[in-house]
Amino acid sequence: MLPEISPDKSDFRCLKNDLSSYLMKPQNLLQPRPAGLYCPPGDFYIDPVRPVERALITHGHADHARAGHGQVLATKQTLDIMALRYGTNFARSRQAISYGETLTLDGVGVSFHPAGHVLGSAQIAVEKSGLRIVASGDYKRHPDQTCAAFEPVRCDVFITEATFGLPVFVHPDPSQEIRRLTASLMQFPERAHILGAYSLGKAQRVIKLLRIAGYNTPILIHGALEKLCRYYEGQGIDLGELEPATVEKDLADRAAGRVIVAPPSVFGERWTRRFADPLNVFVSGWMRIRQRAKQRGVELPLILSDHADWNELIATIRETEAGEVWVTHGREEAIVRWCELNGIKARPLNLVGYEDEAE
Amino acid sequence: MRNFADLLDRLVLTPSRNGKIRLLTDHFKAVPDPDRGYALAALTGGLDFPAVKPAMLRTLIGERMDEVLFAYSYDYVGDLAETISLVWPTTLEEETPPPLSEIVQTLSRLGRAEAPSVMAGLLDRLDPAARFALIKLATGGLRIGVSARLAKQALARFGDRDISEIEELWHGLEPPYETLFAWLEGKTQKPVSTAKALFRPVMLAHPVGDGELSKLDPADYVAEWKWDGIRVQAVCEDGVKRLYSRTGDDISGAFPDLLSSFEAEMTLDGELLVGKPDLRTGTFSDLQQRLNRKTVSKKMLGEYPVFLRCYDLLQAEGEDLRALPFIQRRAALQERISGLSQDRFDLSPLVDFTSWEDLDAKRRAPPHPVIEGVMLKRRDSSYVPGRPKGPWFKWKRDPFIIDAVLLYAQRGHGKRSSYYSDYTFGVWTGPEDAPELVPVGKAYFGFTDEELKQIDKYVRDNTIERFGPVRSVRAERDRGLVLEIAFEGLNRSTRHKSGVAMRFPRISRLRWDKPAAEADRLETLTSMLDS
Repeated sequence: MLPEISPDKSDFRCLKNDLSSYLMKPQNLLQPRPAGLYCPPGDFYIDPVRPVERALITHGHADHARAGHGQVLATKQTLDIMALRYGTNFARSRQAISYGETLTLDGVGVSFHPAGHVLGSAQIAVEKSGLRIVASGDYKRHPDQTCAAFEPVRCDVFITEATFGLPVFVHPDPSQEIRRLTASLMQFPERAHILGAYSLGKAQRVIKLLRIAGYNTPILIHGALEKLCRYYEGQGIDLGELEPATVEKDLADRAAGRVIVAPPSVFGERWTRRFADPLNVFVSGWMRIRQRAKQRGVELPLILSDHADWNELIATIRETEAGEVWVTHGREEAIVRWCELNGIKARPLNLVGYEDEAE
Repeated sequence: MRNFADLLDRLVLTPSRNGKIRLLTDHFKAVPDPDRGYALAALTGGLDFPAVKPAMLRTLIGERMDEVLFAYSYDYVGDLAETISLVWPTTLEEETPPPLSEIVQTLSRLGRAEAPSVMAGLLDRLDPAARFALIKLATGGLRIGVSARLAKQALARFGDRDISEIEELWHGLEPPYETLFAWLEGKTQKPVSTAKALFRPVMLAHPVGDGELSKLDPADYVAEWKWDGIRVQAVCEDGVKRLYSRTGDDISGAFPDLLSSFEAEMTLDGELLVGKPDLRTGTFSDLQQRLNRKTVSKKMLGEYPVFLRCYDLLQAEGEDLRALPFIQRRAALQERISGLSQDRFDLSPLVDFTSWEDLDAKRRAPPHPVIEGVMLKRRDSSYVPGRPKGPWFKWKRDPFIIDAVLLYAQRGHGKRSSYYSDYTFGVWTGPEDAPELVPVGKAYFGFTDEELKQIDKYVRDNTIERFGPVRSVRAERDRGLVLEIAFEGLNRSTRHKSGVAMRFPRISRLRWDKPAAEADRLETLTSMLDS
């Protein structure tokens, strides 16, 4: 089940805990630079935060996928999503790569593997002279019906995100969270339930979860979600009946007892005044922490995330069998500490420009 | 435990009163005895488990995970109970969590020595939300924004009863309140309590409405001063003594000075004040030193002694006087008051008056600064719980009024979260030719929904700067929104730059017509302090 990229890979496994014996030093294959993670021999960046000549993009979230690069290499779905967000001219040239396919860029082997984060999301494996580094981008291990499931890739260096890199973050079973929402809809039928969910990935996932739970009422969506939901549907992901949450006069009973999905930024904004006594439901991994919910005026927190929780992070680090772990965007120090306790070399990568989930 | 944990989680994040009441009544409907009764006891502060301390829990988690990882976690979350509930190692097998009643019984039998192993055993069997509920329950202090009063209101709604009936029963009942629930569900008669010194629900007054007095005959009423302390009820029955707040909370523990000198079989209704009856009546801010404390120090007792200024007598020598006309109760009170400690009890004097105009003049110029108006009581009024319309009126001194300028606006909560609804306002200070505005208070009510929309729009159109949920608003001599502010009193304050703090400020009018330069100066306020 673990994809092997080069057949001679196994020759190096015995050396995995001593990377100094490689011809290629890891930091010469990938290194943090102000514009992002850079590969000198391949002359490309992964998820650069400013315009560069050659960019490999893990997924379509705005902080990872920016417009204005020369050439972009990404999965077909990520390219589609970037085109939806930035227009078709978001880069000078675009090249699609399939999961599992290997390309060689100036002697550096590059392959994309499902990350389970959002539709089209990928981990990027970079390999040269027998040294393999996997830049996982953002990822999760919880089942998600709206995207391909994460596949662990054996590597020498694993670059992991750490958005929820603290032992306090353990995401519960999504169906349990959805049950709390459906219970609230019955208990407060006179109130419009506004779900704040990031417009790419989270929104479609929560809608899908509601459908799986048997919720068949049409769901109202904010205009910012329209294009992405239609795209997901075009990719064969059935989201049930969706209606625009547009003008007041079109809303029967001001959407009392209905589900409205919108970006979290609408909480407390005038846009919500069209609805009956809005009840703010924030769909996010941060909702694990009560004070976070309270600060945002959230009445019903749903703990649902597109990022790996603590258990998934450490399980994934183990599965990759990496001898060294680089930790980026999030709570690096706790993951580094865990690696130390478990005899794995680790360091924070200090990349800048990536945001916390939905904040 | 699952239900209780869910209830806590929803209550803590639900800002609206009605929302909280609905969550509580639904819980009482859905959860059987005795679990719902223990939930009620937990919410109303009726449970105490001295064997469990936060430090013990801290030790337990230290034995189970890396200290550094725990420190990172605690640092991030900020709350010990919540951190432990989240990082506690989960056992793999799915277990049905024990019911709340079982947990309460376990905790109540717990000794210090066995507490750590028992708590650890319970935590192992629960999920994070239930672990949080358990820790909060065991260490006391749920702090979830539900007062005992609100819980009683939910009970009243649940059983379709008047809250005064529940207040009257309350202190004679014990967790898990099975007889109470049975009665509220119509299954049995109202429980009869044999407990002593119970609370008698208080009779309250309506404010005098416009033109209302012209319809009333002054001869039917007596008037008394309305003192600015807190309304309380003192009860002594067979040697059991209690002091209750207006809403029936038992506040005896904080006022041993009053209760120890209460030697008589009676139930008194009066105003709790600081000072000595014949020498000095302290202000409300003096009294505040004594409020909201569980216990009180010797020093506090010496510096801020309390006394009861009596208004009414509800019971004497086991006889219930509440059905008698006010003047008869008053006569009985007058007769007995001299038998009480004169350092701690006196009689609130009546106010003679011949006409409403005469009383109005006295109300506007009361003989003592700690008087906030007059009370009107029908001579024939019996003592009825709640706020009946007609027998009693309060006629407060007119509020103070100033014109201030809107400086900052903050987003509201709950229903008002999309509006800038909390306003900080200021008055002019400094030289006449170069005045500046200094903040003097904050108000978030007194306006209509329509006015709220207008102010919200004004705030958005005139924002200078944004600080999170707060916006600063243009406020200059020739541009600014003038708010007419009504307030009940003014205290000196070292905490505010202006040196004053208002009591009960609210917006009484929007002065769209008034130029900001013509708003009041700080001197206007400071002169009120000196008077």
